[in-house]
Amino acid sequence: MIKENNKMTRDNDKNIAMSDDQQTIQNITDQDYKYGFVTDIEMEAFPKGLDENIVRMISAKKKEPEFMTEWRLKAYRHWRKQKEPKWPKLKYSEVDYEDLYYYAAPKKEAPKSLDEVDPELLATFEKLGVPLEERELLAGVAVDAVIDSVSVATTFKGKLGELGIIFCPISEAIQEHPELVKKYLGTVVPYTDNFYATLNSAVFSDGSFVYIPPGVRCPMELSSYFRINASKTGQFERTLIVADKGSYVSYLEGCTAPMRDENQLHAAVVELIALDDAEIKYSTVQNWYAGNKEGVGGIFNFVTKRGLCAGNNSKISWTQVETGSAITWKYPSCVLKGDKSVGEFYSVALTNNYQQADTGTKMIHLGKNTRSLIISKGISAGKSNNTYRGLVKVNKKAENARNYSQCDSLLIGDQCGAHTYPYLEIENPSAQVEHEATTSKVSEDQIFYLNQRGISTEDAVGMIVSGYAREVFQQLPMEFAVEAQALMSVSLEGSVG
Amino acid sequence: MLSIKNLQVSVDEKPILKGLNLEVKAGEIHAIMGPNGSGKSTLAHVLSGREGYRVDAGSAHYKGLDLLEMAPEIRAREGMFLAFQYPIEIPGVNNTSFLKKALNEVRKHRGEEELDAIDFLSLIKKQMNLVEMKEDLLKRPVNQGFSGGEKKRNEILQMAVLNPTLAILDETDSGLDIDALRIVAGGVNKLRTPENAFVIITHYQRLLDYIVPDFVHVLSDGQIIKSGTKELAYELEERGYDWLLEDSEKV
Ligand SMILES: Nc1ncnc2c1ncn2[C@@H]1O[C@H](COP(=O)(O)OP(=O)(O)OP(=O)(O)O)[C@@H](O)[C@H]1O
Ligand SMILES: [Mg+2]
Repeated sequence: MIKENNKMTRDNDKNIAMSDDQQTIQNITDQDYKYGFVTDIEMEAFPKGLDENIVRMISAKKKEPEFMTEWRLKAYRHWRKQKEPKWPKLKYSEVDYEDLYYYAAPKKEAPKSLDEVDPELLATFEKLGVPLEERELLAGVAVDAVIDSVSVATTFKGKLGELGIIFCPISEAIQEHPELVKKYLGTVVPYTDNFYATLNSAVFSDGSFVYIPPGVRCPMELSSYFRINASKTGQFERTLIVADKGSYVSYLEGCTAPMRDENQLHAAVVELIALDDAEIKYSTVQNWYAGNKEGVGGIFNFVTKRGLCAGNNSKISWTQVETGSAITWKYPSCVLKGDKSVGEFYSVALTNNYQQADTGTKMIHLGKNTRSLIISKGISAGKSNNTYRGLVKVNKKAENARNYSQCDSLLIGDQCGAHTYPYLEIENPSAQVEHEATTSKVSEDQIFYLNQRGISTEDAVGMIVSGYAREVFQQLPMEFAVEAQALMSVSLEGSVG
Repeated sequence: MLSIKNLQVSVDEKPILKGLNLEVKAGEIHAIMGPNGSGKSTLAHVLSGREGYRVDAGSAHYKGLDLLEMAPEIRAREGMFLAFQYPIEIPGVNNTSFLKKALNEVRKHRGEEELDAIDFLSLIKKQMNLVEMKEDLLKRPVNQGFSGGEKKRNEILQMAVLNPTLAILDETDSGLDIDALRIVAGGVNKLRTPENAFVIITHYQRLLDYIVPDFVHVLSDGQIIKSGTKELAYELEERGYDWLLEDSEKV
């Protein structure tokens, strides 16, 4: 019961007096990015720009086996032939790929325990409200923290090791479990997939690797905090999660970033593979720097996330809370290959000021009796644009496929936009596909009602928004749900007068 | 406690309240009656700080504070409560969490410690009995899908939890069945102390059988045209408003 309460209350005690004018729900935020600070850890960077040499250097630096170097080079050569895609609903200045650093890592060697972790980094996590040691003790979360490109803290390894679970930086997995990496890397998101995924394949620096052996239920939430830190360093995380037959894992990804006045590129790739009867739950809270209130700066977030339900009765569930970034381009997807496999997508995407989000999912039904569920909650405030783009595809052979999609938009003020593009490609007549969509506004009546009960306008909007997005928050693990709501409130601060 | 002098309020250039005077002292119960559209809800809204109203003249003071200068949430934290004629639905927001947040805002404002979940739940259980509300309504989103009567009871529950100094009840009796009416009235009577006051807007004398007012006022076309004791309510029930309107025109 306490948990439920925590979810809905926020200890934010700002009393913003209502402005005299009647534009209750219009004004634009003046709130600076709360988590805008830079960690002062020495960085070791390669020269700017990208060529085959840089790719080889990255691979060599990581002491990778030959097959990885070759794979990266194939990706690099393919990337050179690609053009950056142009997306109808996104507007941004072009990224100069020759002006980026493609590798950066803290200079010090990776420590073996928390005691060896750079105190500066620990302090950073403290500031973010993510004290590693507390998480470790209280929440039983194993943390694989990524600062920039190299993992610097891994906990609970022993405990997980006893169960045969592998949870480590992907760079380590490449060295110590090359057979697993070789078997699965690029099988869900091939290096030819799209411009950003191809670039990632060539230069990915680090990320997480998870393998759950057959029949094992991972006893704790696996978690990783990403943080963009080195100036002008493109971030190319690569995550690979394999749930073997009959296993289960829940993985959390969350991040905040320090303030920067130049756009930063982030092109991550996440691949999930669930074999027969396995289940993967992947949750994200994303709060990267969104740019200032004029829309300058902020992270460009072009992410490729895809899960393959390879086995029968397998299940993959994506939950995302997106509040940050100047631009978000992201479609966590499920390929439902196994018979009776299930794909789920729960999303809250919040945009404020000049933020742009083009996000959604793809559910590809290949196997028989496959099911998918899409719950998307868009929230637009300020002058932002929020687009849902979703595809439900039912292949010829996918007998009795079922999909239910619910795509809601909530508007705060009247200068923002919400767009919904549900695409359907149905090749099998036995498919049952349902789509519902609503658009609503935060009403002045609702705000006044909460005001009259002593709740400030800002808190009122936070509550209304949290209520609206409840179905999605309920999918998140408890600690994460609280954090997610806090991040949303921060993102909405000042969005109402 | 509440002192309204010559209050003139308009909406979209249309005058609604046209020089309203009202004095409410601690310990008193005032009933306001009057025809549809006379400005009763407008008065309640202006007093609680709803936007969209323009005050053209006059003043309203509450506990010596200039009410019209205060943000609505500050008025609420200072102990003003409005039971809405039409309670608002807040989808997805849990009724209990909402109430806990509201109470803690008031407590914080008073410099009191915030209640944790356990203390709050025991308080709310007690107050639920007062309004005989079904427990499952607490677990549901605020007012969402509540029946008309359930919404009204929920308003009274909120009042009981927040324990206001000045409560304005806008037609809380409308839409209540006889039993509910008795329960709601009983709740008000139990909350009544020499330190607080109630302004009860109603169309029906029936409610005043249960909550006995010290004063009854008739609001018509934005002004209080007659004030009296509870006998006035009986007279209104019998004769309607027309005779009063005619009287006031003669004056
Ligand atoms: N936003 C508005 N725009 C235009 N007119 C309004 C607005 N709000 C109130 N009014 C008008 O003000 C007058 C008073 O309304 P109010 O709701 O205060 O009446 P009331 O006395 O509460 O009536 P009832 O007994 O029906 O509840 C009505 O004529 C109403 O139409
Ligand atoms: Mg009314």
